[in-house]
Amino acid sequence: MKLSHLLAAAALAASFAGAAIADGHGKTKVGFVYVGPVGDGGWTYEHDKGRLAVEKEFGDSVETVFVESVPEGPDSERVMTQMALGGADLIFTTSFGYMNPTINVASKFPDVKFEHATGYKRADNVSTYSARFYEGRAIQGHIAGNMTKSNIVGYIGSYPIPEVIRGINSAYIHAAKVNPDVEFKIIWAYTWFDPAKEADAAKVLIEQGADVILQHTDSTAPQAAAQEAGNVVTFGQASDMGQYAPFPRVSSIIDDWAPYYIARTKAVMDGTWESIDTWDGIGAGMVGIGEISDAVPADVKAEALALKAAIADGSYHAFTGPLKKQDGSDWLADGETADDGTLAGMSFYVEGIEGDIPQ
Amino acid sequence: MIQLELRPQPSATMAYATPILAVVLTMIFGGLLFALLGKDPLQAIITIFWEPIFGEHSFYYRPQLLVKGAPLVLIAVGLAVGFKAGIWNIGAEGQYIVGAICAAAMGLAFYPTESIFIFPLMVLAGAFGGLVWAMIPGVLKVKFGTNEILVSLMLVYVAEQLLASVSLGLLKNPEGFGFPGSRNLQQYASAHNTEIIANTGMHWGVVAALIAVIFSHVLFTRHRLGFAIRVTGEAPRAARFGGVNPSQIILFCLGMSGVLAGLAGMFEVAGPAGQISIDFNVGYGFTAIIVAFLGRLNPIGIVFASLLMALTYIGGDIAQSQLGLPAAAIQVFQGMLLFFLLALDLLTNYRLRISNVERKS
Repeated sequence: MKLSHLLAAAALAASFAGAAIADGHGKTKVGFVYVGPVGDGGWTYEHDKGRLAVEKEFGDSVETVFVESVPEGPDSERVMTQMALGGADLIFTTSFGYMNPTINVASKFPDVKFEHATGYKRADNVSTYSARFYEGRAIQGHIAGNMTKSNIVGYIGSYPIPEVIRGINSAYIHAAKVNPDVEFKIIWAYTWFDPAKEADAAKVLIEQGADVILQHTDSTAPQAAAQEAGNVVTFGQASDMGQYAPFPRVSSIIDDWAPYYIARTKAVMDGTWESIDTWDGIGAGMVGIGEISDAVPADVKAEALALKAAIADGSYHAFTGPLKKQDGSDWLADGETADDGTLAGMSFYVEGIEGDIPQ
Repeated sequence: MIQLELRPQPSATMAYATPILAVVLTMIFGGLLFALLGKDPLQAIITIFWEPIFGEHSFYYRPQLLVKGAPLVLIAVGLAVGFKAGIWNIGAEGQYIVGAICAAAMGLAFYPTESIFIFPLMVLAGAFGGLVWAMIPGVLKVKFGTNEILVSLMLVYVAEQLLASVSLGLLKNPEGFGFPGSRNLQQYASAHNTEIIANTGMHWGVVAALIAVIFSHVLFTRHRLGFAIRVTGEAPRAARFGGVNPSQIILFCLGMSGVLAGLAGMFEVAGPAGQISIDFNVGYGFTAIIVAFLGRLNPIGIVFASLLMALTYIGGDIAQSQLGLPAAAIQVFQGMLLFFLLALDLLTNYRLRISNVERKS
């Protein structure tokens, strides 16, 4: 039994390796695994723009393939394996839930490079990358705190995971800085992309008096709901969502993966690819701030842009003390900034945010 | 002028021919769809149906057919039992989720103890979870006459919320840096639903599916209960006169499908999926409804139907990456299959007649 296991495993490993080598093509083949449809207008849409940028940059020396709407779990493992078997040299897996499948598949294809977005597990041929979206949230928070008249800011959360909680905290800190009376109402949609649920969440928040809505979900449904309400401010998420500008969408956080994807593809072509952990923000251009529309008063806009510049050049950190946790305990002393470890696993609200993080 | 004429007896030939006809029609109209999208239809069909079984990398895809097909067989066999009796459990997805949660909870409760008893206990927990979730619509129907279609379907959404809750709380991996999702059961030997023979895709869920098929086949061909179920579906009044207790049939059918759906969830979470996570369920419970009908509610037919559906998923993904077909086109293609099957069902009970006489309306 043991021996047959070993033999079968060896045979498979050999055939995997053979498949990868036999496909001796001149082009560098880059695969992308997407969690949503490329037309979601948000998260996946921006990753696909990154893919197209890779094609544009390298032209005929690169070939890209993608599979969209891949469920997280065994299906994604199969899709990745299929891409590797199909001769991909580099595979980007663009959702947190692809973490274990990526590690599993990567161990079977040591010669293929993998890049997993937003996860924390790496291997010799698996890099991780993510963006400091919370830097963008700081600017949103600043604008939101200034724009709200009801002092109620609605927030559509996807899942209560560190990335989303980080965003809420960052937005709240900067909203409260300019408007101490501001109150955040948070609704958890438990989805990354579901226009119907997102629209419902937006409507509920509007009914509760919110006149600014921030979203950490990927569809434009909240924008449409705000437009219908007429007097509610929104921000584009993941993508510019410029079709709702200048109002309700007054600005946006744009994920710009193109420079990273191009750099990593180049590294594979040059044979200089190494397993790294990348967490870039506004400064490196991975997080973009969509144009702040004229619906925002000029002075607020100027402050927001100054904030953006300060974050970009590193002179200001979005989490700078003095800051307390929600329960009143001290977190950061005056002038102290948060370390990446704490931010990466953030599972608490800062002081002033009401409600509990769902458990 | 074409007329429909009721057959005196449902056609046995047509009952077997329509699934094949439906597949052929799906290929034709699917091919047309692919052609309209600017892809070579023949190549697309070959990629979807041929590549996974006989293509260059079939050594990898063939086992995947089992991995993808096993949960479908398990769930569909259970559903078919109820469907035959006219009991419509639409909520297998929920029972699948709850079964997986219970099984994972059972396994993780022992972590990191290693023992050969853990896996069997997880199997029991999975079956129990599915049973409980299916008994809710069952008992409500028997006691209060509620509609099991609505109740079981609504419970899917409850189960999904439960799944999100345990992923973020109760079962969250304490070493997961605050991210949702349980520990990886693939790395916990006692709880891992491993492949019985490496690289064949043959895990315990496949074995359970085969047992379920045999059990169900015997139930319907040899056992009095199977007969009672059939009669209840085909002639409820006759069944009552014949001394069949409808409440028992309802509870048995829902319970059976719940147990099997729960088991499917158990084998999935302990094996291919490996962990409880917010997006653990990918729709097997709903796809199994299609599979049950495609397989003519016959256990053997369901095996073929499951493999066919698994094939369209696997082949569909290959077609996406190799030919650039959008995911939506693949979904439409799968939808066509059920559409044609249901449409052609008409031919089992009716026949087409071409008459020369123009009827006045």
